[in-house]
Amino acid sequence: MTARIGIVTFPGSLDDRDAARAVHLAGGEPVALWHDDAQIYGVDAVYLPGGFSYGDALRSGAIARFSQVMDTIKAAAAQGMPVLGVCNGFQVLCESHMLPGALTRNAHLRYRSRPQRLRVETGRTAWTNAFPDGAEVLIPVKHGEGRYVADEATLDELEAAGRVVFRYLDNPNGSMRDIAGVSNEAGNVVGLMPHPEHAVEALIGPSTDGLGVVASVLAHLSEGAAR
Amino acid sequence: MARVVVDVMLKSEILDPQGEAVLGALPRLGVTDVASVRIGKRVEIEFDDSARSVEEQSRVIADQLLANPVIENFTISIDSPNGAA
Repeated sequence: MTARIGIVTFPGSLDDRDAARAVHLAGGEPVALWHDDAQIYGVDAVYLPGGFSYGDALRSGAIARFSQVMDTIKAAAAQGMPVLGVCNGFQVLCESHMLPGALTRNAHLRYRSRPQRLRVETGRTAWTNAFPDGAEVLIPVKHGEGRYVADEATLDELEAAGRVVFRYLDNPNGSMRDIAGVSNEAGNVVGLMPHPEHAVEALIGPSTDGLGVVASVLAHLSEGAAR
Repeated sequence: MARVVVDVMLKSEILDPQGEAVLGALPRLGVTDVASVRIGKRVEIEFDDSARSVEEQSRVIADQLLANPVIENFTISIDSPNGAA
């Protein structure tokens, strides 16, 4: 059966349609979810897309955390459902305390929009198992508030536990330890600033490396189904 | 009416690029003896006349929404306590 991947639209989401297309191209079935609806309609995984939910009021992701759908997603993630947060979605996951750390203004105060070289540090997450550890990929970034910060103890813990999932090869925003993406302890919840959904077609993306992220969760889900 | 002011500041160890940008502009004003500029947020909250436990509720608002404890600290000051205004 085709895995159903829910994609949440918040007021101000921008990349929900791109995420749906990425899921479709990778062989999954995208399912539109709505911020103000607590139902997630039995989806197998959730993709929180980029954009400016609630206009980034107060802090990026701070208001989206209180939306109806996030309560349901948080509860499902605690039961092991895979959740990916991209860009604003990553900010929402941090604000929701589903991932550690926070994303702050880029150190140079400039918006960065460019294809970004990254290293996939671990294939042991629901969203990266299709990549060998250490794989180098090219995926676009586009953000003004993507500088990952956490206290030293948290960073050490993330490193030791293999929870730094993506690292910038040339840091675009001043993120601590070049961190571009992290996971929760179980590895089912992953957040990253770069946009896999913008690297799925040779015609309009710098690579098709983003497909591997969706392919990973599809493989993860079919493994679970076979077990 | 109880009026509460919450000040939210980035923790001292968190880089404040906005503050640094302002600091960098000061010499153009002729001001050259400033060591540091930090930028935060001031939030003014007015409770209903009937509101109870204003301090406690303010703490919840500040801790769970206005400030992100990973990067920010907050202080609460109650301008006019309930019934005093």
